[in-house]
Amino acid sequence: MDDRVKRELGRLLGPAEPEIGCDECFDQLDRYVEAELERQPADELFPGLRAHLAGCPTCAEEHESLRALLETEEIR
Amino acid sequence: MSASVEAVTTERLDSATPVHDEETREWLRDLRSSGTAHDAAVRRLHVLLLRAARFEVSRRRAVMPHLRGDALDDIANEAADDALVSILARLDDFRGASRFTTWAYKFALLEAAVKMRKRAWQQREVPLEAETWDVIPSGVLEPADEAEQSELLGRVRHAMETALTAHQRRVLVALALNEVPIDVLAERLGTTRGALYKTLHDARRKLRAALEEGDAWTTA
Repeated sequence: MDDRVKRELGRLLGPAEPEIGCDECFDQLDRYVEAELERQPADELFPGLRAHLAGCPTCAEEHESLRALLETEEIR
Repeated sequence: MSASVEAVTTERLDSATPVHDEETREWLRDLRSSGTAHDAAVRRLHVLLLRAARFEVSRRRAVMPHLRGDALDDIANEAADDALVSILARLDDFRGASRFTTWAYKFALLEAAVKMRKRAWQQREVPLEAETWDVIPSGVLEPADEAEQSELLGRVRHAMETALTAHQRRVLVALALNEVPIDVLAERLGTTRGALYKTLHDARRKLRAALEEGDAWTTA
């Protein structure tokens, strides 16, 4: 299967595992990112959040931004 | 907004006892007070939110090269203002499981991201025609693999047409193939981001089930 088709099918079919919705993702995002940065098992502590980030590019962008901002703060 | 798209156990979250760090306790004490301490805390919080909003605007400025620095800063300021209102209204929702500043940052980042996406799509038509979708192969495969891929795409196309409602197909194509941001689509369709993601999730589940059913038939 060529890469473009694989990518588009991945976006069409989304994550197969259980996931939370956008609202729950926003609600848990601060704790999830702190857990990630503290090297805690974030995916175990927040079930369904990683799958949601895989299926929702908009929430994934917001996750990346919060993580990047906190990393910037840590460097200061 | 809406409930989880699927039942996901959250017991571990609920059992977590909030432990406020010193800085968080100060923020909450000052923001819940009145008079000069409260006003000073609100001003400090706005500074913090503006820094986060500017950070987000700066990350996204490449998608809007026509916007000048002062227009971008207006967006950051509006985002910080809106985030401040949201935070003050939801202060009692803060459970203290993260640092207060982390919790506050996410509101500023969200407001800035929403405004930037909205501006980026302001003049653009949101493609909603389910009939115009297709997964286009890049044509780099060997003939045998190409045939297998074409067969799979044919089954996906059939499943899209038969297993989904017109609304599910429209939402799935706009979000997954045409990459319309979910908040932009929610606004155009007069719905919420949570409700739209539920539609997307249901459409994906039905599509996967239809394809698995097809597999069962062909391998029986």
